[in-house]
Amino acid sequence: MEKIIFLFAAFFLVWGLKLQSNPESASKGNNYAALGMFLSVLGAIIMPSDYPILNNFLWIIVPLLISSVIGFFIAKKIEMTSMPQMVSIFNGLGGLSAVVLSFVEIYKLSITPSPDFYYKIILFISLFIGSVAFTGSLLAFAKLDGYKWSEKIAFSFQHIFNQLLLIIIFFLIYYYLSFNPAFEYVYIILFLSLIYGVFFVAPIGGADMPVVISLLNSFTGLTAALTGIIFDNKVMLLGGILVGAAGTILTVLMCNAMNRSIFNVIIGGFSSSGNKKSKGAQGDVKEINDSDFAIQLYYSKNVIIIPGYGLAVAQAQKLCKEIQEILEGNDVDVKYAIHPVAGRMPGHMNVLLAEADVDYSKLIELEQANDEFKSTDVAVIVGANDVVNPDAIDDSSSPLFGMPILKVWEAKQTIVLKRSMSAGYAGVQNPLFFRSNNKMYFGDAKESLNRLSSELKTL
Amino acid sequence: MENILDFLISNEVLIYLLLFTVLLGFEVISKVPSILHTPLMSGANAISGIVILGAIILIKNTNPDNYIVLFLASIALLVGSINVFGGFFVTDRMLKMFNKKNKK
Repeated sequence: MEKIIFLFAAFFLVWGLKLQSNPESASKGNNYAALGMFLSVLGAIIMPSDYPILNNFLWIIVPLLISSVIGFFIAKKIEMTSMPQMVSIFNGLGGLSAVVLSFVEIYKLSITPSPDFYYKIILFISLFIGSVAFTGSLLAFAKLDGYKWSEKIAFSFQHIFNQLLLIIIFFLIYYYLSFNPAFEYVYIILFLSLIYGVFFVAPIGGADMPVVISLLNSFTGLTAALTGIIFDNKVMLLGGILVGAAGTILTVLMCNAMNRSIFNVIIGGFSSSGNKKSKGAQGDVKEINDSDFAIQLYYSKNVIIIPGYGLAVAQAQKLCKEIQEILEGNDVDVKYAIHPVAGRMPGHMNVLLAEADVDYSKLIELEQANDEFKSTDVAVIVGANDVVNPDAIDDSSSPLFGMPILKVWEAKQTIVLKRSMSAGYAGVQNPLFFRSNNKMYFGDAKESLNRLSSELKTL
Repeated sequence: MENILDFLISNEVLIYLLLFTVLLGFEVISKVPSILHTPLMSGANAISGIVILGAIILIKNTNPDNYIVLFLASIALLVGSINVFGGFFVTDRMLKMFNKKNKK
């Protein structure tokens, strides 16, 4: 009986993910996936077992009830801007769950030794990856939530230290498996794995978070799959691998969008690329005042807004929508060009704009946007910098060279909303600011858009 | 070397399954457009909570006197299923924002 339930569960999990490929059907897809999960849990509960007695069922039902309340409550309260934090913390919990399970299994095996060597290797790999996912996600959460101490912690020889730690962990696992020493060794392995997770994420900077979250997500998926092998359960294996695949694909996409290797991101960003002091554009920038800005937007045919990290931080997405509506009232065509790494996790900017009720057909992706800039009157860049840096195409000595970017300067006019002239995450100045068809509008994203919006209302 | 070969042969079906699931996973996920990447990630995250099946199976096969194992396993179940419930609920909330029909 439970085998048939598992079969249906697997079907719904895959079908649910499949439906996520279209915004219209995605909601249904999520319900299917949830149904798949419900069926898997049901299957596990009715499976024949050694102790099918009330006592053991209570140990199952009580945690399920508590967590459903907690989960529902968190999901209901969370702000859309805090989505990356929430995904990290949930991801960490998934990792923790796998760690505890592998630990218990290792503990059980230490009492009744099993001859199967591979089985034990899988257990330890699961323990290790789960630990990294757990503490790594917690630190990622702290970084995303803006704790000051967490921005970018790195000391000299950091990655030599990391690699050394990794070697020690694998040596201890090898030693434990080969010589069967006291169980205390497992505590040391567990402890060092947890520490490794912290040091793994510590040197990675805030703007690289989309990569880190994706990567940790794929780790948790991998652990879930390994746990599936341990418990000889094919639905767990399937679910874990689907998640692993999702995480891996997103990691690769994010890395490609920044033209960097995953290795480079892990080591700690642009600091290692050496030629940080590339020439650096110089010249005069032109500022635009409130009323000119408003008039220029109000009387143009089409406008493309390029939202970036700065907009997400200032939580100014609702103001964007307000401005969009005012402009559309005067028959201005408004679109949003979204760079793949805009925001703090993959696709984050889209969710923020969707929350502000921006229709998703208004959101265009990199390639389409680059086709459209030529016929665009004004491109407004809100809190983005590196993703619109022409050096990525023009200057082969720039650390950004080769990164796919939005060619905003092809529009007739670009206006950059920015706090100051400071460099972006990559630490390089942006020559776009000095171009003849560019104007600057200084200030915090939220405050600037507020000024613009009230100015537009007077027209 | 022979050990590894033995392992591969004795787990033949599992390895086939592994191979095809990986291909299937990449095939299905790569079709998801970038506007849906955040809900995809939180949804996938919820699915990774499938580790709780292990906790359930473990609890059901543990002697009722073995409190340490029961306690640890239900902790695993608790934290894992917060991930599941929270993940699916929040994904639902997000996707409804994308779905025009539901909004009006």
